[in-house]
Amino acid sequence: MSAAAVLKPKDYKSATRPVWCPGCGDFGVLNALTKALAGLGLAPEQVAVISGIGCSSRLPAYTSVYGFHGVHGRALPVATGLAVARPELTVIATGGDGDGFSIGGNHFLHACRRNANLTYLIMDNAVYGMTKGQASPTSAPDWAGSKLTPNGPGIAAFRPLEIALSAGAGFIARGFSGDPNGLARQLAEAISYPGFAFLQVLSPCITYRPEQMEYKALVSAGFEPLADRNEAFRRLLTDDGFTTGVLFRAPVAAPAPADARQAAGDEAAALDALAREFTAARLRGDGGYEP
Amino acid sequence: MTPSFSLALTGSGGAGVMTAGQLLLDAAALAGRYGLMARSFGPQIRGGEAAALLRLARRPVECPDDDYDLLVALDWGNIERFADELPLAAGAVIIADPGQGGVPEVIATQAGRIHEIAISQLARDIPGGRPNMVALGIAAALADVPGGAVETRVRQALARHGDESVAAAIACLAAGRAAALEVTGHGDPPSAAPSEDTVDAGAPGPHLDRWVLNGNEATGFGALAAGVRFCAAYPITPATEILEWLAGRLPRVGGRLVQAEDELASINMCIGASFGGVPALTATAGPGLSLMIESLGLAVAAEVPLVVANVMRGGPSTGIPTKSEQTDLNIAVYGLHGEAPHVVVAPTGVGDCAPTAAWAVSLAETLQTPVILLSDQALGQTRTIVDPPGGELARAGRRRYVARHDDSTETYRRYAMTADGISPMSCPGLPGGQYTADGLTHTEHGIPSTRAEDHVGQLDKRRRKLEEYDYGPLWGDLHGAGDIAVITWGSATQPVREACQRAEACGLAVRLVALRLLSPVPASELEAALGGVRACLVVEHNHSGQLYRHLRAWTELPHPTLAWHRPGPLPLRPGEILGALQGLHAQLEAAA
Repeated sequence: MSAAAVLKPKDYKSATRPVWCPGCGDFGVLNALTKALAGLGLAPEQVAVISGIGCSSRLPAYTSVYGFHGVHGRALPVATGLAVARPELTVIATGGDGDGFSIGGNHFLHACRRNANLTYLIMDNAVYGMTKGQASPTSAPDWAGSKLTPNGPGIAAFRPLEIALSAGAGFIARGFSGDPNGLARQLAEAISYPGFAFLQVLSPCITYRPEQMEYKALVSAGFEPLADRNEAFRRLLTDDGFTTGVLFRAPVAAPAPADARQAAGDEAAALDALAREFTAARLRGDGGYEP
Repeated sequence: MTPSFSLALTGSGGAGVMTAGQLLLDAAALAGRYGLMARSFGPQIRGGEAAALLRLARRPVECPDDDYDLLVALDWGNIERFADELPLAAGAVIIADPGQGGVPEVIATQAGRIHEIAISQLARDIPGGRPNMVALGIAAALADVPGGAVETRVRQALARHGDESVAAAIACLAAGRAAALEVTGHGDPPSAAPSEDTVDAGAPGPHLDRWVLNGNEATGFGALAAGVRFCAAYPITPATEILEWLAGRLPRVGGRLVQAEDELASINMCIGASFGGVPALTATAGPGLSLMIESLGLAVAAEVPLVVANVMRGGPSTGIPTKSEQTDLNIAVYGLHGEAPHVVVAPTGVGDCAPTAAWAVSLAETLQTPVILLSDQALGQTRTIVDPPGGELARAGRRRYVARHDDSTETYRRYAMTADGISPMSCPGLPGGQYTADGLTHTEHGIPSTRAEDHVGQLDKRRRKLEEYDYGPLWGDLHGAGDIAVITWGSATQPVREACQRAEACGLAVRLVALRLLSPVPASELEAALGGVRACLVVEHNHSGQLYRHLRAWTELPHPTLAWHRPGPLPLRPGEILGALQGLHAQLEAAA
């Protein structure tokens, strides 16, 4: 593949067959992602998709871009390290609600605060699918479908958009895997956002949450991008969890992590100067040092 | 043997003993001396009592001596907490301020000569005077550090506070010096060593090229020199200085540092940066290393180069954050789940921290593996005057990038089987090199697999690249040719080295083997180094003999080999190791 050629969505897919169950919402997310990348005309070698563990975290291997499938809950730190070390790359972190909001929840808060230039795409199905159907952070407290919590998890569901808003994310949106074209547009917008962009995608698990087949009837495109964080909070007061669209887009991106790097000059000279800082000679009063 | 002079400056937090101690060490460096200064705090890290523990000599020294020749106490605070750390030599000089009450029993009962100097009053008599500067004058006089060198150093250090501060400090130094010489008997410094080879204060000379630094700074420098350009940092005692040093310096060579939210994040940020082709390092201590372990296994499986500098402290759990112990060898080598071979190295002294850190980076980059560098609190936080490293620190090991295989229709084989176990490597940005790095067992292409052929093949490949690599002479330091050997590692090397010198002086020839490469165990090199040895002692600073058991698992040791080890918080001292050596020798003589 040459970056100069016009690439189609299928060019961003690998030959590896997904492990996902038939009907999984994540197929739609993969399609939307490859559409978005093709639409943006990004060279595959300039894109990296980073994930943790879970059904949706298998996504990187199904793309033809660079991928990293790490340990459970740590997609965001890996993506942050890559985005900070290689700011010219397009970095997309991805995974499920358990990976991102439970075991990786702390990283979610701090990634929102840190505002490194990356996109966080969560495929939210309110269940741990890979381990066969346990309650996740976004499961309702009375969801009694798991043998692990037969009376329901009994704790309040995690509210990703409110939390992202509180923690300072600059771009916050919700999409639906059943609408690949709309999702592709949202993804393209998130990827283009110059900072941390969070996109919650409702992505049904029809194996362990068959009732999620009803999502199609429940979602409605209701969010219009707000630029004021307080207004966005107010908008969420009437959100039933199925409103889609861009909720919040900070007009000016929050300050990115400070880049104190100095122009790459003579590395050897810089190292020599650093070594001189250790010498006894620097402890003299004359201020001068002639090697 | 190394003639040297050891002294302790004690006082409560804020009294300025650390400043005084550091200025004295710096002045000694200007005067051409070698030496070191350890900082002793209580468990609270900030506040409370503090002691600056110095040793000065005319030959290189990198460990504390058996006892102290001088104690200067600004006040007595909770001196009991330090008493264990302050064994006084027979005839040691104790300088006490009568204004601070009587000399506490733990000190008074030791075999020292107590002299009273009204330190606080002398300081009060000088406008702007400070007791710690009086104490510095006292200590410099009794340790035979030339007054000119001290004054030069103090002038430079205080210049930014203005002429009045400098003048007050200089007056305090003079008052302290005069009082010290008066109470101890003029011109009778307790230092046995004559001062004829002392260099004029600050006069140009090769001694000014020596480094005055701690092991944490040296570790940061070595990593930077070897090419590290990314660091993710989460603060933890006693490793923080590595991170702080890098924070100020990485930008000067085009690198970046990120403060992470926890150690789970810092290790994974390093993995991300290194996956992106940027050599990465993080530094931590036991609790942080424990949190990083799962992701270190990921770095092994996904073959991501990186270095973790683990600065050991007393454990387990929170343990004693401010005290040294060689207690993390087991977790560093064996802590990863599954079978995850990687590299573990340890510097053998403060002076060795930069070269070993550079080597760690080089090994990580060459072998595409995580490398754990085991430093410890004693190396990391002891400010030491050392000769600058002689060898080349620059980037010996670099990645070999191969963006596209010959057959460009084939997808990239990131984990291709090779004879030496090292696969071609790609990195984001290189066209045709796309792959997905994975912690799942994978094929040569990086595609998840549960097939036996892939699992065993990749396990074999990752072991092979470590076992077949030629680590060269850096695997260990060898000294002497006696038929009794001491094997040791890390900060224990320096007191062992000194114990061996003392044994030699008593006519007992000892062979010293200090391992820099701890895993994989350099078994054949070690066996060759121990050729002809009839008995062996394995010395380390921990409770269970971790190196001894590790070596027993991987190599044959001479018979008999004795394990000699004890935990912190007290530092290993040459005298006790000499005792163990003499005991082993006596056993052999009795058996013969």
